[in-house]
Amino acid sequence: MKRTTVFTAVVFSFLVIAGSATGAMAQELIVSAAASLTDAFSDIEPAFEKAHPGVDVVMNFASSGALYRQIEQGAPADVYASANPKWMKKAVDKGFVDKSDVQVFARNSLVLATPSDNLAGVKNLNDLVSKKVMSIGIGTPETVPAGQYAKGALVARKLYEKMTNKMIFGESVRQVLDYLSRGEIDCGFVYRTDAVKAGDKVRIIEEIPLEKPVTYPISVLKEAVAPDMAAAFVKFVRSHEGMSLLEGRGFKRP
Amino acid sequence: MDFIWLDFSDAAFTGPLLLTLKVAGLATFGALVLGVAAAYALARWEFPGRDFLDAVCTLPMVMPPTVLGYYLLVFIGRRGIVGAWLQEHFNITLMFTWQGAVIAATVVAFPLVFKSARAALEGVGKQYENAARTLGQGELAVFLRVSFPLAFRGILSGGMLAFARAMGEFGATLMVAGNLPGRTQTLSLAVYSAVQAGNDALANTLVLVISIVCVIILMTTSKLLKPRC
Repeated sequence: MKRTTVFTAVVFSFLVIAGSATGAMAQELIVSAAASLTDAFSDIEPAFEKAHPGVDVVMNFASSGALYRQIEQGAPADVYASANPKWMKKAVDKGFVDKSDVQVFARNSLVLATPSDNLAGVKNLNDLVSKKVMSIGIGTPETVPAGQYAKGALVARKLYEKMTNKMIFGESVRQVLDYLSRGEIDCGFVYRTDAVKAGDKVRIIEEIPLEKPVTYPISVLKEAVAPDMAAAFVKFVRSHEGMSLLEGRGFKRP
Repeated sequence: MDFIWLDFSDAAFTGPLLLTLKVAGLATFGALVLGVAAAYALARWEFPGRDFLDAVCTLPMVMPPTVLGYYLLVFIGRRGIVGAWLQEHFNITLMFTWQGAVIAATVVAFPLVFKSARAALEGVGKQYENAARTLGQGELAVFLRVSFPLAFRGILSGGMLAFARAMGEFGATLMVAGNLPGRTQTLSLAVYSAVQAGNDALANTLVLVISIVCVIILMTTSKLLKPRC
């Protein structure tokens, strides 16, 4: 008697699980986007879903390099939005993305920022070599575009080698921002959009002039499960509505 | 599959390995001292809130490492409750240092020692301890000369599991100590960085080393736990 009850319960729960799995008929669209796009794309997600009922957009935020690795390892994704052209170019070279599908949709700038109280008294880039500054946050240059841009600018000024022993390498630009807003580091390199997002907690010291502007490319992936919906998403990001949502988070038009 | 030849003069390999052994070793020592003390207290004395304390001591074993990392960030960060105090009075910063990694690893390894030690200490027959007391031994002597030796194998196996866990610690360490090559980059963080940067050969080798060490530890532990005839 008791055994049959257990058996029925097990079968019933399997049916419920199976039912809920098939019941979710909404088409899923997986968007792998750079960490710095977290807020802007979180705004775009509901707007797109509203315009395309029946589509469930799933956002996957990480550093651009980490996202590329996931794609390379075969993780499912329909759209890839990178925070710099390097990783997108890699995706094109390795055949994950068709070159003609790649479009630049936003621009950003890199800033040197400190916690709001700026205890180390940082006034400009040259202060970073002084003894007052103990820790400098930077995204790991190999995988984080913001870190790569910062390294490039510092190398150009022959400052990079002088400060590597004080650098705190973040796994994404958002980790550097978090350390800044908690006051765990004396200063750090983040995007202007990130510094703006942190509000009172972070003070922008100066914009870092870069050789090439920070551009964000986006593309449908060749192995997209829902290529039409993915193309519609890219189009939506570049539409008037998408652009105004991006601008609302501090991005500039390409 | 590519592997790099284990070159013990290569800092990309020896740096993380030595750091991992140092961090895991110190963390295991810390976990053993704290874990055995807590286990002894909870196994010996009945007091209100004992079950609650037991749950708190076991918590790091079941909580996501990111949650622990966040707790540690709030406590030992430069502006954290303990961190600000240490900074002000002793000019000690734990964030982004290997000492911070030791603290993170100690916290995650602690419950493994605590659980094994408590079970082992509770398995020590009261009659032996009482016999020692009737022979005029003080409480410390009873612990050191009777309870601890009898519970030794259980405690040791807990310690070895703690070492394995400390070696593999990733989430909390990343949040508190960061991933700084040559300073706080342990083996598990080095694997993560190698995979992210596409250096699969280095990743394969590091993964192999970690796996072998952990298998050895687990086999030794199960040998220790086998009942003696």
